[in-house]
Amino acid sequence: MMLTGAEILLECLLREGVDLIFGYPGGAILPTYDALTKYPQIHHVLVRHEQGACHMADGYARATGKVGVAMATSGPGATNLVTGIATAMMDSSPLVAITGQVTRGAIGSDAFQETDVTGVTLPITKHNYLVMDVHELPYIVREAFYIARTGRPGPVLIDIPKDVQQEKIEFVYPEEEIRLPGYRPPQKARPDEIEEALRLIAEAERPIILAGHGINISGAAAELRELAERAQIPVALTLLGKGAMPEGHPLTIGMMGMHGEAASNLAIQDADLLIALGMRFDDRVTGNLKTYAKKAKKIHVDIDASEINKNVRVDVGIVGDLRTVLTQLVPQVKRAQHAEWIGKIRNWLEDSDERDIINREGQDVLLGAQVINDLWKFTEGDAITVTDVGQHQMLEAQYYPHQRPHSMITSGGLGTMGFGFPAAIGAQMGMPKDEVWAIVGDGGFQMTLCELATAKQENVPVKIAIINNNYLGMVRQWQEFFYEERYYATPMFNPDFCKLAEAYGIPAMRVTSRDQMEESVKFARSHSGPVLIEYMVEKEEIVYPMVAAGRDLDDMIRRPKAGEES
Amino acid sequence: MIPKSERRKQILVALVENRPGVLNRVASLFRRRNFNVDSLTVGRTHRSHLSRMTIVVDGDKSDGRRIAANLFKLINVVDVSLVSEEPHVSRDLALIKVRAADAEARNTLTQICDEYPARIVDIGPEVAIVEIVGQEDLVEAFIKDLAVLEIVEMVRTGVVAMGRGVRILDSQYEPVVPATMRNGNGNSGFEKYSV
Ligand SMILES: Cc1ncc(C[n+]2csc(CCOP(=O)(O)OP(=O)(O)O)c2C)c(N)n1
Ligand SMILES: [Mg+2]
Repeated sequence: MMLTGAEILLECLLREGVDLIFGYPGGAILPTYDALTKYPQIHHVLVRHEQGACHMADGYARATGKVGVAMATSGPGATNLVTGIATAMMDSSPLVAITGQVTRGAIGSDAFQETDVTGVTLPITKHNYLVMDVHELPYIVREAFYIARTGRPGPVLIDIPKDVQQEKIEFVYPEEEIRLPGYRPPQKARPDEIEEALRLIAEAERPIILAGHGINISGAAAELRELAERAQIPVALTLLGKGAMPEGHPLTIGMMGMHGEAASNLAIQDADLLIALGMRFDDRVTGNLKTYAKKAKKIHVDIDASEINKNVRVDVGIVGDLRTVLTQLVPQVKRAQHAEWIGKIRNWLEDSDERDIINREGQDVLLGAQVINDLWKFTEGDAITVTDVGQHQMLEAQYYPHQRPHSMITSGGLGTMGFGFPAAIGAQMGMPKDEVWAIVGDGGFQMTLCELATAKQENVPVKIAIINNNYLGMVRQWQEFFYEERYYATPMFNPDFCKLAEAYGIPAMRVTSRDQMEESVKFARSHSGPVLIEYMVEKEEIVYPMVAAGRDLDDMIRRPKAGEES
Repeated sequence: MIPKSERRKQILVALVENRPGVLNRVASLFRRRNFNVDSLTVGRTHRSHLSRMTIVVDGDKSDGRRIAANLFKLINVVDVSLVSEEPHVSRDLALIKVRAADAEARNTLTQICDEYPARIVDIGPEVAIVEIVGQEDLVEAFIKDLAVLEIVEMVRTGVVAMGRGVRILDSQYEPVVPATMRNGNGNSGFEKYSV
């Protein structure tokens, strides 16, 4: 069959199971857009900014586990993808970004809309390709998807010159196995590593599991739970590890790190064994490395060898797929009790409860914490939440307990404001039967709110909860704590978000008091398309606890207990 | 925090696919991860689809291992070895142009060369070019000795290295070659790749 490069691309996408592309057209990618008219099996979502396309594909990927596809033209189209690609890279999200490029002959001549996209994205992609021969295209597409979703997942970019998209050749889909000699994702642990890990686990009196994103990516939640229950080991979660272990399970302590549950941080500092699973000792979870978990031996399992001993020197480093490694390890773990240790952690948790704002009566203002907690309550804790970045993000992590993997989506590694809303659109399109809530700040939402048009055009039933504190709240908190309350460049003039939604034909509701919470969820559920709800919350709320950047993990700024306020 | 211990030179060898852009990927990695490259050499191997890099970095053993792990993450890097961790042979080549305009200077030059695996490869009325091949520290010592004459120009290849013994860093893999790229049979249409 004689096909153009563009048609070959789409044939290959079909064979990768792609039925959804988030993109934006332009000159250099037009041949592919034209070919899309012949492929009704592939639905193209017209975004309003290419960054949105990337975040949507990312949200789609994180919710479904399938590779998300973003498409853009050359030059500015491609550079607009950059933030989204970097976000996906930091959070190991499988993405294939396809960009048009100027014709082969024009490359290097500073042609109109020419950008060296493979150069620009080299350090923020898992791999990238510039297709200079249309015959290579099917191989490249297959490799790109394979690389994006296997091993430690990540974004792969394919840059295709316009004339490669136009060139016509005889097409036969290559069925044979992919050969990538330099790409061998690790699988199993060596028996001696397992033995060494078993020994450390058996010897430990105060063990703690640090469960990260890797558990969710590799589908190892059941194995993790089995490990924890078998040896009665408490579990602390990273931000992206939420859902790896059900919150509410007696062994789940909570999130760790800068705004983590205090009991998790205290337990890490007091533990005699850390079992770090699919997490990477990011500075936001370790605090000061010099004093981090000094009493503990450390086992670290990760699929990426370069993560082992990167930030924290470990005693046993195992490189492999978590599910495979845990399947090797768990059946051999001796049953144990750590009653005293768990008791100690319970005491810390009780102390946290006493400090928790949510347990206080008689609040006359609406707090972000309450909004999130009520959203949890009235969505039966079963929504997929997609957050933006800031205070509301940390409040979601603290006050919306998750029960299953992939039910909380957030930009952890890059902390990309503007991620939440488009990622929620992508997640909702990937999981049409689930209830998806975008939980965003008034600041971050304004970075990508042009996608309201996309949500409306596609009639995506995503529910947008703006936690409006009229501030760049998280930055304001830093200014309050560390810059003597000089609130510079953080107070926000905001539009009337409800009117704005209306302008897009999107139903909206403003919530100013807690007794409207249930109604707001009902309202959101009563529409079949996108809905926006603006929660007017206390302006100067603080997210506690907080480990100031670079401080020791147990050196936390805590909320005073009721009656102990100074 | 990972303590810095015994900082010295780490020598890594990487077998990489011989394609455009691979050197760029490796260089980008070193810049991005803030590793300090002392020298980097690339050359072809006996397999036309593979190139071999020798990279010398300033750092301790754990740096060396981290760099190896990061290099291995690159899709186009087929194999990596931290050869400074094992018995190995390493060589550096230098061409040094020195002023040797009178008999005395030429005499000194010959004497110094005699003490090293070095030789004079070009000589004119004003200057001479000497060549030395040896382990890096030997080359350093030679350059130091040459300083009694005036060095006017110098070029070094950077270190190349190879592990001793039977641990062979190589790959049996053959590259995937698009049919049209074989034998240069241009537009004969698309066949399946031969693997
Ligand atoms: C693109 C981007 N720019 C700047 C920042 C720095 N930053 C982190 S949180 C934050 C404030 C977010 O404000 P808002 O969206 O209103 O959320 P809030 O903290 O008030 O809940 C800022 C500016 C960022 N994370 N991302
Ligand atoms: Mg705000």
